[in-house]
Amino acid sequence: MASLKDMRVRIASTKATQKITKAMQMVAASKLRRAQTAAEAARPYADKMSAVISNIASAAAGSPGAPTLLAGTGKDQVHLLLVCTGERGLSGAFNSSIVRLARERALALMAQGKEVKFFCVGRKGYEQLRRQFDKQIVEHLDLRSVRQLGFVNAEDIAKKVLARFDAGEFDVCTLFYSRFRSVIAQIPTAQQIIPLVVEEGAAASTTSYEYEPEEDEILTRLLPRNLAVQVFRALLENNASFYGAQMSAMDNATRNAGEMIRKQTLVYNRTRQAQITKELIEIISGAEAV
Amino acid sequence: MATFHFDLVSPEKLAFSGEVDQVDIPGVEGDFGVLAGHAPVVAAIRPGILTVTTGGRHEKIIVLGGLAEVSEKGLTVLADVATSLDELDRAQFAETIAEMEEGLKEHEGGELDQAIERLDHFKSIQQQLSSTAMH
Repeated sequence: MASLKDMRVRIASTKATQKITKAMQMVAASKLRRAQTAAEAARPYADKMSAVISNIASAAAGSPGAPTLLAGTGKDQVHLLLVCTGERGLSGAFNSSIVRLARERALALMAQGKEVKFFCVGRKGYEQLRRQFDKQIVEHLDLRSVRQLGFVNAEDIAKKVLARFDAGEFDVCTLFYSRFRSVIAQIPTAQQIIPLVVEEGAAASTTSYEYEPEEDEILTRLLPRNLAVQVFRALLENNASFYGAQMSAMDNATRNAGEMIRKQTLVYNRTRQAQITKELIEIISGAEAV
Repeated sequence: MATFHFDLVSPEKLAFSGEVDQVDIPGVEGDFGVLAGHAPVVAAIRPGILTVTTGGRHEKIIVLGGLAEVSEKGLTVLADVATSLDELDRAQFAETIAEMEEGLKEHEGGELDQAIERLDHFKSIQQQLSSTAMH
């Protein structure tokens, strides 16, 4: 049985761990607030963008000259999975739930005889996917050095994806990220970005616009841009989700540590009292013998 | 004078939102002004200076390309980058231009034309900046 001193050390170390998890929880909470504001600030742009695009696109999609970003290459043989995850762990199931969704999709596609390639954004996803799909990862990028997520980061990723698309390396691109619902709910999401899926309901506005320059020219300008916007939104949502997940994971850890301290203290006190009783008995029986 | 609603959004934030009298937009096919009751139009924007007029007061905002949409609800400008004139770091802007000139060598064909066009837009912004500074 552990000595009293060992138990004291153990309790002290659990308390130290609890302090760390508590601090991480508070840091995550304050960063979450900032990440959430950033995600909300980006929303009007993304919403407007998709509204304008779906307006133009619903008209242009049927025509034979529609850009391939909208109409697709006509095949769906090669799939690129753009998997966005976090850079750090200690955030519960945040990273692994995104990776799991991507992995399931990849296996399903491969079972259908399609070819699957990966583009990993974020270190954690890359590390997890590398074990199983090492040869299929065509590119990975980590944003660890990035302090404040800017639009340029998203543009950068979009450019790389576009370059591969133009080179004919894949036909369909799907974006994986975690949508932020609330602190306790982050939903791993798959969104097809190439070819673009135009929502039927979004094009409900009946205004007939004049276009300057021509519609197809605006469309060719907008589509690559929209890709960057979608990636940017995914990164921001991911960022907020990450801190949300980290916050609740650390909250759990703090609570568990508290529970553990309580149990350990109980055992410690019992042992201590047992020892005192034992010593008293020894003294009394010693005195009686004299 | 009738006013209309104007939103200027960039990917990172809502840069301007409010009722205005007039907005002059640097379109790809030439500058145009928008007043209340303008016909619905969707236009691409070139890098340039956007002027917002509210009650006789002019505010200049630099936009680096984007898209303008006029509907019955008002005007919405989706700008790639939107910086108000006061916030602009001129030294940095000059640096960007210098970098772009450097970068020209790497482009070729149609891409080169685009790069040159973009550079020209940037230079004209710079020129307008220095001329307004003197007034």
